[in-house]
Amino acid sequence: MKVVEKKAEGFVCDAPNTQASGEKGLALVKYLILGILFGIVFVKAEIISWFRIQEMFRLTSFHMYGVIGSAIVTGIISIQLIKRLGIKSISGEKINIPTKEFRKGQIYGGFIFGLGWALTGACPGPLFAQIGSGFTIIIITLLSAIAGTWVYGRFADKLPN
Amino acid sequence: MNQFIEWLSQPWPWYVAGPMIGLTVPALLIIGNKTFGISSSLRHVCAICVPSGIPFFNYNWKKETWNLVFVLGILIGGFVATTFISNPNQIVIAAETQQELAALGITDFSGLMPSDIFSWENLFTAKGLLFFVIGGFLVGFGTRYAGGCTSGHAIMGISSLQWPSLVATIFFMLGGFLMTHVIMEPLMKLVGF
Repeated sequence: MKVVEKKAEGFVCDAPNTQASGEKGLALVKYLILGILFGIVFVKAEIISWFRIQEMFRLTSFHMYGVIGSAIVTGIISIQLIKRLGIKSISGEKINIPTKEFRKGQIYGGFIFGLGWALTGACPGPLFAQIGSGFTIIIITLLSAIAGTWVYGRFADKLPN
Repeated sequence: MNQFIEWLSQPWPWYVAGPMIGLTVPALLIIGNKTFGISSSLRHVCAICVPSGIPFFNYNWKKETWNLVFVLGILIGGFVATTFISNPNQIVIAAETQQELAALGITDFSGLMPSDIFSWENLFTAKGLLFFVIGGFLVGFGTRYAGGCTSGHAIMGISSLQWPSLVATIFFMLGGFLMTHVIMEPLMKLVGF
């Protein structure tokens, strides 16, 4: 029974909320603040620029490789520190990083996303920052991305995975 | 103060932005035991608005409200940065990329996004269909099929040393290279560039 429960939980979401205690109202403000800071970095480092993504795929600038690479290095060091020092979350819970299991979708889906990334010049995060920056036409791209997500959900069980 | 704003207004180098983005990973873990991932927000929108009885959208999305608040923050952050500390100078684009894009029919290199493509005038044209509708669809469909995007796989997944995320990231890049170097030119000709 426990195993079934765990599996169902894993299916729920790809970036799951593993915090046991609930959060409502003001407790959510901290995510808003973090999101704002994140959005500012996206714009100031020009990650939201279609041109920067083109440079990345054309190998004419190191910028995006530097951004993603140094973000990963920072992430690796941080997670190792959290694990080794046994750092807990502010609500006192043990920090939980769910494992990602290999599926064929990471290959097919990853490739399909790559095609879209080069066209739109944006992965999902920058889409939101582009809209906030005044490129309101990107609302259409976002709606289309939501439609794409829905279509995947509709046919998920029929696709090789 | 003015000098400070002027300093902030310059484009930020990768070695400032990258570590700041990387710090989002421990920040989310510590403030709420949350895993960094942005494309999930699109799934939550589906689960809230059009679940249509599909099992993939039948879960407790209320528990994931934080993710929607986070992406709303990104949107506001975009507004704040553009309104108060935007770069007064033109964006610097690699000369080679400019030449290659000019050959494809791009003429505007002044802003973060080329107005030749990303404008409301293009909404009901073949250009709009390709870059907004099809492009956006591929991003949404692909990220969910892959179970994550640049944040969930490339940054969060690789940071926690999970090899499936490395595989996903390699295929993100392969898709991007194929589109940029092989498919984009004929497609752009087709839509009238």
